[in-house]
Amino acid sequence: MRNIWTIAKREYDNYFNSPLAYVVAFAILLPLGIYFSLIMWVSAQQAMYGGGVPESTPINWLFVFLMIFLSPALTMRLLSDEARMGTLELMLTAPIRDFELVAGKWLGAMLFVLSLALLTLIYPIIMNNFVSPGIDWNVILSSYIGLILICSALLALGVGISAVFTNQFAAFFGTLGLFFFLWFMIGLPASYLQAGGEVLNYLSLSTHFSQTLNIGTVTLGDITYYLSLTALGLFVGTTAIEIRRWR
Amino acid sequence: MIKVSGLTKDYGARRAVHNLSFDAQQGEVVGFLGPNGAGKTTTMRILTGYMPPTDGEAIVAGYDVVEESLEVRKRVGYLPETVPLYTEMVVFDYLKFMGELRHIPNVDDRVDEVLDMVGMIERATGYIGNLSKGMRQRVGLAQALLHRPEVLILDEPTIGLDPSQVVEVRELIREIGKERTVLLSTHILHEAQNLCDRVLIINKGKIVAEDTTENLQARLIGAERVIVRVRGEADELADTIKQVKGVRGVETKSDGAVEFEFASGKDLRPEVAKQVIKSGYDLLELRPLGMSLEEIFLELTGSDSKRN
Repeated sequence: MRNIWTIAKREYDNYFNSPLAYVVAFAILLPLGIYFSLIMWVSAQQAMYGGGVPESTPINWLFVFLMIFLSPALTMRLLSDEARMGTLELMLTAPIRDFELVAGKWLGAMLFVLSLALLTLIYPIIMNNFVSPGIDWNVILSSYIGLILICSALLALGVGISAVFTNQFAAFFGTLGLFFFLWFMIGLPASYLQAGGEVLNYLSLSTHFSQTLNIGTVTLGDITYYLSLTALGLFVGTTAIEIRRWR
Repeated sequence: MIKVSGLTKDYGARRAVHNLSFDAQQGEVVGFLGPNGAGKTTTMRILTGYMPPTDGEAIVAGYDVVEESLEVRKRVGYLPETVPLYTEMVVFDYLKFMGELRHIPNVDDRVDEVLDMVGMIERATGYIGNLSKGMRQRVGLAQALLHRPEVLILDEPTIGLDPSQVVEVRELIREIGKERTVLLSTHILHEAQNLCDRVLIINKGKIVAEDTTENLQARLIGAERVIVRVRGEADELADTIKQVKGVRGVETKSDGAVEFEFASGKDLRPEVAKQVIKSGYDLLELRPLGMSLEEIFLELTGSDSKRN
């Protein structure tokens, strides 16, 4: 555990050494801020005609949607660059388990995304001040649980793919392709199939978030789904590192 | 401290290390010598737990490198050939990170200590990316020394250093080698000669010679070669020397000096000296030429490649 934390801490600090992390933060926070302003503005307009209570959960949906495209940039070099630079030799001869290395990288990326998510908490807080008697914090909590779970799965898969490649761009596009498939494509044939459509829907990244967690329903199935993907990603990463040793 | 038996490593169809066996005791500096691609780095990578061998076993600091890899890695300090470093990190932070991975108590003090040992204390706050090759080499060495390892494995430790640093680093290695086990690879032969207690010459994945440097020289020479130099013209010097019984392989060098050899055991130098003076030459120099490790090395590795 201690080794995982040591690696995660270095990786987290490392994000702030490169412009990439700032670009990703900017690319997430700017659209979120604009979207929030729009929601507030439209709600204010509608309030005059008796419109409903504004919701901040669409902002979390946008956060997750942007993560589909931007999280590959956060994970692409985590392990591929170590292999390319030769520093993997350093890590693999240090007294740490391969899993600790992979999990440490994932946790480092996770901490960075959590920092961004923490910043977005100001939106529901601001909204709460304008709404009487206040917004439903249970929905917000459920939405953030979903956001953290889905980011955890995305980053773990990204780290896993990063361990397979020595080229960070190969890792980036490999990860992006997988996320694109899991988010948009996998659920598409579901409605045309006689049977088995539920299975495809279950495998889709988006349904677990948009249709349940983000509207305030926490189900065991959703949590299991995202945690399984996280475990899968870390497993793929660890195995890829082990295969590297044997080659 | 290191015990290797029957170590074999294949990369696909290519056999990089072939049935390698050797050992190294505590307080011994063992040199690994061989041409490029001989299998030195592969062997070191196996001993540091970076990759498992295809066959055979290796015990380092009392633990098996495959079965108890983590225990081995805790006790080994390793300087890889390419000195991989996180170039975007500050020297001090990098060493602190490596120290934390090794759970070193009072890691800050220990980092200062090793930086002092390798003479890098004044660059502690600089970025690794801005360091010269020699300085990176020293940071890598500091990393290998950080946890006071029982076994130190150094892949070409003095490569890229300037002459004064080479002397310092060798001094450091010699110092460490007094109590711990050091296995180092090099292709600078005189480094092996003056640093190592024992030398393993490896070629094409096999050990072709293993002995102390002195014994290696003695064993391979079989004959002693001597150079003679006289004042002035020495056109007939070679003929003069040939007259001494037992002398063979007489050869005149371009600068006028003459080399000859005789079977080891019966020293012909006094006879040759008498003969040279009797012939009216002013003898300036009569010096035995020890066979250098270079020649031994070429003999051992070169004759092998000729056979193929």
